[in-house]
Amino acid sequence: MKERVTLDVSKLPLHGMGTASPTWWGTLAFMLIEGSGFGLAIAVYFYLMSLAKTWPIDAPAPGLWPGTCLTVLLLASIVPNLVLSRRARQQDLRRVRIGLIVMSILGVLPLIFRAFEFTVLAVRWDDNAYGSIVWVMLGLHTTHIVTDLIDTLVLTCLMFSRHADNPRRYGDVHDNALYWNFVVAAWIPLYLCIYWVPRL
Amino acid sequence: MTGDAGLAEQRIFDLDEGELERRLSETWETPRGIWGALTTVDHKIIGRRYIITAFVFLILGGLLALAMRLQLAQPEARFIGPDRYNQIFTMHGSTMMFLFAVPVMEAMGVYLVPLMVGTRNIAFPRLNAFSYWIFLAGGLLLWIAFALDTAPDVGWFAYVPLSGPQFGAGKRADIWAQMITFTELSALAVAVEIVVTVFKQRAPGMSLDRIPLFVWAMLVTSFLIIMAMPAIMFASSSLILDRLVGTHFFNPAEGGDVLLWQHLFWFFGHPEVYIIFLPAVGMVSSIVSTFARRPLFGYLPLVMALISTAVLAFGLWVHHMFVVGLPQVGESFFTASSMTIAIPAGVQIFCWLATLWDGRPQFKTPFLFVIGFIVTFVIGGLTGVMVASVPFDTQVHDTYFVVAHFHYVLIGGAVFPLLGAIYYWFPKMTGHMMSETLGRFAFALIFIGFNMTFFPMHILGLEGMPRRIYTYQPEMPWAGMNLFVSASALVLASGFFIFFVDVLRSARSGAPAGANPWGASTLEWATSSPPACFNFARIPVVAARDPLWSEPDELTVATGLRTDRRELIVSSLVEAQAEARESSPRNSIWPLLSAIATTIMLIWSIFSPWAVVWGSIPIAIALIGWFWPKQVPEDES
Repeated sequence: MKERVTLDVSKLPLHGMGTASPTWWGTLAFMLIEGSGFGLAIAVYFYLMSLAKTWPIDAPAPGLWPGTCLTVLLLASIVPNLVLSRRARQQDLRRVRIGLIVMSILGVLPLIFRAFEFTVLAVRWDDNAYGSIVWVMLGLHTTHIVTDLIDTLVLTCLMFSRHADNPRRYGDVHDNALYWNFVVAAWIPLYLCIYWVPRL
Repeated sequence: MTGDAGLAEQRIFDLDEGELERRLSETWETPRGIWGALTTVDHKIIGRRYIITAFVFLILGGLLALAMRLQLAQPEARFIGPDRYNQIFTMHGSTMMFLFAVPVMEAMGVYLVPLMVGTRNIAFPRLNAFSYWIFLAGGLLLWIAFALDTAPDVGWFAYVPLSGPQFGAGKRADIWAQMITFTELSALAVAVEIVVTVFKQRAPGMSLDRIPLFVWAMLVTSFLIIMAMPAIMFASSSLILDRLVGTHFFNPAEGGDVLLWQHLFWFFGHPEVYIIFLPAVGMVSSIVSTFARRPLFGYLPLVMALISTAVLAFGLWVHHMFVVGLPQVGESFFTASSMTIAIPAGVQIFCWLATLWDGRPQFKTPFLFVIGFIVTFVIGGLTGVMVASVPFDTQVHDTYFVVAHFHYVLIGGAVFPLLGAIYYWFPKMTGHMMSETLGRFAFALIFIGFNMTFFPMHILGLEGMPRRIYTYQPEMPWAGMNLFVSASALVLASGFFIFFVDVLRSARSGAPAGANPWGASTLEWATSSPPACFNFARIPVVAARDPLWSEPDELTVATGLRTDRRELIVSSLVEAQAEARESSPRNSIWPLLSAIATTIMLIWSIFSPWAVVWGSIPIAIALIGWFWPKQVPEDES
């Protein structure tokens, strides 16, 4: 079959950013999968609650302070995260490096509060179905914080290496920031379920 | 982009065909030998591997079906004992659903979608390699367990409490649950790859209304997978937690609920039917259009039917639970929604019939399987409407009527189109034609054998024969028909035998196919058979829905991609305008190492919860190795 050239793509940019990047869409798809997982966890929580005579089952409502502190911290982390995302789009290496260090710290701090959260649940995972679902909800979200933290730490190392100043790497930073926003957003309904629904 | 600015680049890259292909081959080729096999990220190699592995599981699952039919051929037969029989029907269902039906459809997508949208590789090719290895590991886990007599024995649906810690001793149910995790990881990864490939790597000009129907079907299927499969992963993970660390999700004594399992399972399980069926719809659309020699009638209604089927698929799950005692209003809603799905199915059937009505059908083997599909799927659809009715379902629930119904839907709705698709795309995959004579013979045996095997099961069900029984008493009026069904199963199996003989024979010595042996219209036929490692020397530029028919003698193409890097074009979501060049990753051993690390962690976690902690470390190391740039050309700015 004969070929006729009608388009020259040689001047197109390498590695599109944001919606022009396949990685951005891949990150979005994984967020959809994980969002479905969080949605199911919340659905199971309410399903079990609908069956129970009392809720929480054989336990007081969990203590508020560690979870609330963590929530405030997570919400506050969105600001430097958005700044980092913008710096990545601008391909400003020095500020991206600073932003990644900040976000690495902001990835570690919630884990400290999270450790306390498990202690104030006042129920074990094997006490009853209520304990099982709240431990799974917290565990699921903790896995996401840890995963994103590792991702951020690796990316931070990468951005201090010779591989750093590259549109593709800035795209990675941008997508990593997007994922952190998801981790924060996913926490809000979980927080309401775990800490406020038992108080209604 | 065709102005003067582009001309310099064109001169650089406007090489003669031979030189261009030589340079591209150097860049895109998978090394020969074992190292190449373990490190390849070529979607065609992985797709072919995926398809072959899935068909091996089909053979294994089919042999188990024959064993069950041998046992049921006579009343009170002693060929298989009850315990082993429980394992066998569990293995048969699990293998067919999780290791054959879903993976083979995704595998067809892995092979075909990048070719059909005119790109050089699937999005995230290393993830693609990982998904195959992890699928293989899950399948091996299940079948090695079976060989060691520790296979799951709780049905492919693994209902609690039978699969829970109270009744399911040993590790059988854990193996089932973890096999689910393997296969769902794999399926989800492929779904993401396909979504992103379709969204962002379509050939320039392939706007949303020019996407081939098979690609639409794979896109919709991928979204179904993304939305539905977390439910089964959540369920199976909760089951393992109940069994391993004493959570109480499904334990009513501590606030859990056994019906929670069924809700989660069928919230996945019913969409899964459409995860299997919708790709088949895409295959049928491709075959019908090509063999009717005309564009599909009702492109837009067909796309709408795909999407509406997917949406409705999430509103049907409760019809699997009509006999568990749910509120009547719920039953009415799910009856209505279950019957509603007949509407998009009808739209599809009538669009295909209208295409044929106005076309000049060529009755080649792929098309024969489509006819077989239409007949059997319509029967399966009609019995589907029957079991969607609560009174009827209450009567036939857990009888052979249901076995007959879902085999009509799944084999009729998916396996017939799949076999037609293999005959259709085999020339593209291998460069050889399959035998028309053997194909017709295989079709006749499969079609006749299938109907002789499964149609009588409707009657057995109406006569009250329950499912999942390993034997029955001679006083029951089922013996004659069971013997007939078992003998018919051999006819069906012989048809599959001829199909596999044809595949093996044709792969070695089938007639040369040429680039477009069927005179089809979509982009995969614009490249050689089998395609070169880079798929297309120059990326096509699409200006019509049926590009090879709209300009049969000429292909409009793009130029300007580098030949020394694995570059491909990234395009915009709706209009598919070229917006960037993206590097596609090179071969790597890390996906395999990641899969091995994941396998160790998942199998270990059947025995100890600490496996999740310690097993994550090698996975993290492997993933860092996977993503760490190696200063290869595509990582340079």
